[in-house]
Amino acid sequence: MTLNILVPAALAYVVFLFVIASLAERRAERLRAEGRRPRFLRSPVVYTLSLSVYCTAWTFYGAVGYAARSGLEFATIYLGPTLVFIGWWWILRKLVRIGKAQRVTSIADLVSSRYGKSNAVGVLVTLLAVTATMPYIALQLQSIALSFGAFAQGAPLAPRQLAMWVAAGLAVFTILFGTRNLDANEQHHGVVTAIAVEAVVKLVALLAVGIWVVWGLLDGPSDILARMAAAERPDWAIQPGRWMGLTFLAGVAVLTLPRMFQVLVVENSDERHLATASWAFPLYLFAMSLFVLPIAVAGLTLLPSGMNPDLFVLTLPHALGQNGLAMLAFLGGFSAATSMVIIAAIALATMVSNHIVVPLWLTSRRRAAARGLAPMREAGEMRGLVLNARRLSIAGILALGYVYFAVSGGSRALAAIGLISFAGMAQVLPALVGALYWRGASRVGALAGLVTGALVWLYALFLPSFGPGVLMSASLMVDGPFGLSWLRPHALFGVAGLDPLLHALFWSLSLNAAAFIAGSLVSFPGPIERVQSAQFVNVYDLEAQTEIPGTRGWSRDAAENEAEDLLAMSQQLLGADTAQAFFLAAAKGQGRSGFLPDPTPDFLDRLERELAGSVGAATAHAMIAQIVGGRLVTVEDLMAVASETAQIMEHSAQLEAKSEELARTARQLREANEMLQRLSVQKDSFLSQISHELRTPMTSIRAFSEILMDDEVTPEEITRYAQIIQDESIRLTRLLDDLLDLSVLENGQVNLDIRTARLGDLIERAVMASNSVPPQRPFTIRRQPGGEEIALETDTGRLTQVFINIVTNARKYCDAPEPELRINTRLRAGRVSVDFIDNGSGIPKESQVLIFEKFARLTDTHQAGGAGLGLAICREIMHNLGGDIAYLPGQGGAAFRVSFPARLRKGASKAAR
Amino acid sequence: MKPPRAPLFLERKTYRRRRLMDAARILPVVGFVLILLPVLWSGGDEGLSTATEALYLFGLWLALVVAAFLLSGPLRKALHPDPDSPPDPATPPRDEDGR
Repeated sequence: MTLNILVPAALAYVVFLFVIASLAERRAERLRAEGRRPRFLRSPVVYTLSLSVYCTAWTFYGAVGYAARSGLEFATIYLGPTLVFIGWWWILRKLVRIGKAQRVTSIADLVSSRYGKSNAVGVLVTLLAVTATMPYIALQLQSIALSFGAFAQGAPLAPRQLAMWVAAGLAVFTILFGTRNLDANEQHHGVVTAIAVEAVVKLVALLAVGIWVVWGLLDGPSDILARMAAAERPDWAIQPGRWMGLTFLAGVAVLTLPRMFQVLVVENSDERHLATASWAFPLYLFAMSLFVLPIAVAGLTLLPSGMNPDLFVLTLPHALGQNGLAMLAFLGGFSAATSMVIIAAIALATMVSNHIVVPLWLTSRRRAAARGLAPMREAGEMRGLVLNARRLSIAGILALGYVYFAVSGGSRALAAIGLISFAGMAQVLPALVGALYWRGASRVGALAGLVTGALVWLYALFLPSFGPGVLMSASLMVDGPFGLSWLRPHALFGVAGLDPLLHALFWSLSLNAAAFIAGSLVSFPGPIERVQSAQFVNVYDLEAQTEIPGTRGWSRDAAENEAEDLLAMSQQLLGADTAQAFFLAAAKGQGRSGFLPDPTPDFLDRLERELAGSVGAATAHAMIAQIVGGRLVTVEDLMAVASETAQIMEHSAQLEAKSEELARTARQLREANEMLQRLSVQKDSFLSQISHELRTPMTSIRAFSEILMDDEVTPEEITRYAQIIQDESIRLTRLLDDLLDLSVLENGQVNLDIRTARLGDLIERAVMASNSVPPQRPFTIRRQPGGEEIALETDTGRLTQVFINIVTNARKYCDAPEPELRINTRLRAGRVSVDFIDNGSGIPKESQVLIFEKFARLTDTHQAGGAGLGLAICREIMHNLGGDIAYLPGQGGAAFRVSFPARLRKGASKAAR
Repeated sequence: MKPPRAPLFLERKTYRRRRLMDAARILPVVGFVLILLPVLWSGGDEGLSTATEALYLFGLWLALVVAAFLLSGPLRKALHPDPDSPPDPATPPRDEDGR
């Protein structure tokens, strides 16, 4: 095979990609015109495949070379990203959520937006990214040049010339597809689809070579393992430091590399795609790595020694006559290299135009306006500027990559070059992690960390990478600058003997993090910075309530006439149609007709976000500030919002307390009302009861007295009837006595007859007195003779009356087959309590509150024989004695507790209550 | 400004989802530890051969992919929980001082 076949094949492949990209672009546009979303172009599969831009020519060619030189260490480059992706719930989820919420256009934009939309941070990250990507692009150019060279011995083209042509061709392709529009989300459907196709091509190519090697060339996996053991060499032993360091570095790189950020965050159209990518991307990496070691082993054992192991993928099939497979491998490597270059160039060009070119242009325009020159107003002028800036940047970035390739000689191992890039971009890590998780991270800290890390990386890794004598003199490498040996690039602060990559990684990242933390601790962030820190760190809380007060960057309304200027500016950037549609919708949302909405803080915020999707947060912010300047949020505004919120919360707490109090009062009133109603019902039933009670004796008295008035009554009958009349009169009198007694007791007019007595005697008297009560049945009374030895000084007659009442009630109502009454007495702190507990069924709960009310009777039957005044009188007596009587629930029967002071003092009675 | 307090106890479904998120967070940590294991093996002279280590590493890799696959389905649903469910206390709201 010669270049005559390879060059047309490569060109045909590029044309094929071109067609795919345009088809995808056209389809996306047609769907958008119909108002639909391009579903397949934005499926999780395409998303995952586009992530494979991580696997560049480094993976396709370099991994085999790496494995041949260092054994398993090559796997760390893919294990790091695997860990980051299976741990997507930690970082990736938040990163993508913030990227979408803030309409981030690049990693520089994300970091600058978080640190107060500071363009200085953006510029710094951009410069770092451009520098760090140079070696990476050079790596791709080198691999393409090498792969051409592997086919064509005595080629007509030198590798450098070839690399130049490749760089130029890629620049054209990238410009054609990467800068077609300033999509609000910076998404490129065509390019992403083409990258997804390239992902399939390189995977298929590598798998094809691998399968051919394992089952075609050798005798399956066991043969591979045997040969691996035979080929084992000391270099293959795992070096713990590098193993851990490289796994970490690769994990960091997959987050911070500009092209990875582009496909991972910027081109992400749905957060849920991450869930698929979390396992599918590690699976892709697994598949890409699976045959690396077998191919390396086969190359080492079957090919003549001295061949470049980086090209085993290509030279194995080529040398063994498998030309078709070799062509497939060539195309796979070509696609791996091109996909990386395209995406990296797009990502970097976006950063360069948004953070360097446009701000410069804005400044120059401001100067021109200050000098009295009319501001340029043509619609689309700014769009043109941004697009041209991107085109130029793409060309410039590829040119830089070529320069690195040309200067560094293009002869080193691919993996070693790639790791320099990784270490460079890893410098963004402290600022990035701080941006996502630390409210206190500040712009000063981020700047300090980035500058420190970048300088150490440049000094200890990037500049020495060209080799001694190219950019750094050999003496400087050996002796340090000015003979200061502790500043030698590969042995900073006397740490010698460490692997140069690990050494640079350790010092750059640790000094970077130290500067970042120290800078953040001592500085005080500005208001925009604090607003942004809340929006980033608390992104999950903010999404729930889209408008939390105090999270806007603008505080006051802009003047009305400024809305027109804003529209003019937006048209320049977004294009007339898009800008007008946006303003129209905003005006309609505010209930206004026409194109000009009120420039409220809310509107300014949304407009800024819209513009940020095209030119980045810092530039969008600066452009709006130029028109409505002076209306930025201030620290006072933030504080006002905070105290307002605090006041509102306090008010609501007070309201809550008040409403609770009201509820409590209402409950009390309701209870009182219920009580009154019950009493009213009781009174009614009493009246009928008392009428009945009074009427029954009265009726018999009247009837018998009428009989007595008759003449024909025998003397015996007279005696008998008179007896009945007397009995009934006594009953009447007793009833009236009770009523009178109760009324006297209730009014506190009772005269207490205070005497001394022993409690046991009183109980004894009560038990004796109640013996006569029907029904006469066996009734056991258990007492505590020891506990009754209590001396009392009180109205013993009244107290005995209470005891009698209770014991009698127990005799009457206890429904147990073998009724029994326990009387427990106790003296505590001068108060006597006497419990009367029977073994009947007790009193139901709902009636317990009623039994002490007047005329309450649990049974409506007449069997009780009283008028239902007994317990009411007892209660009044006890109150007059300074004590109480209460029902005691939960004793296994009806239980009453009578409690009263052992010595009744004057004033302790009801009058004082 | 005090953040709204997250509920202290959760119903069964939400509780399961929380533990699932915990698992998703722990998985990479476990993976990292297991990936570092070969470093310990190859310490001595009688360290394992590259072939054995490769078998271990690729087996582990596949196991991690399968674990991530099993977790990804339920987690995808948890990304957009029902609007009436309580806010996600996985990232408790913090004030400016990070309290």
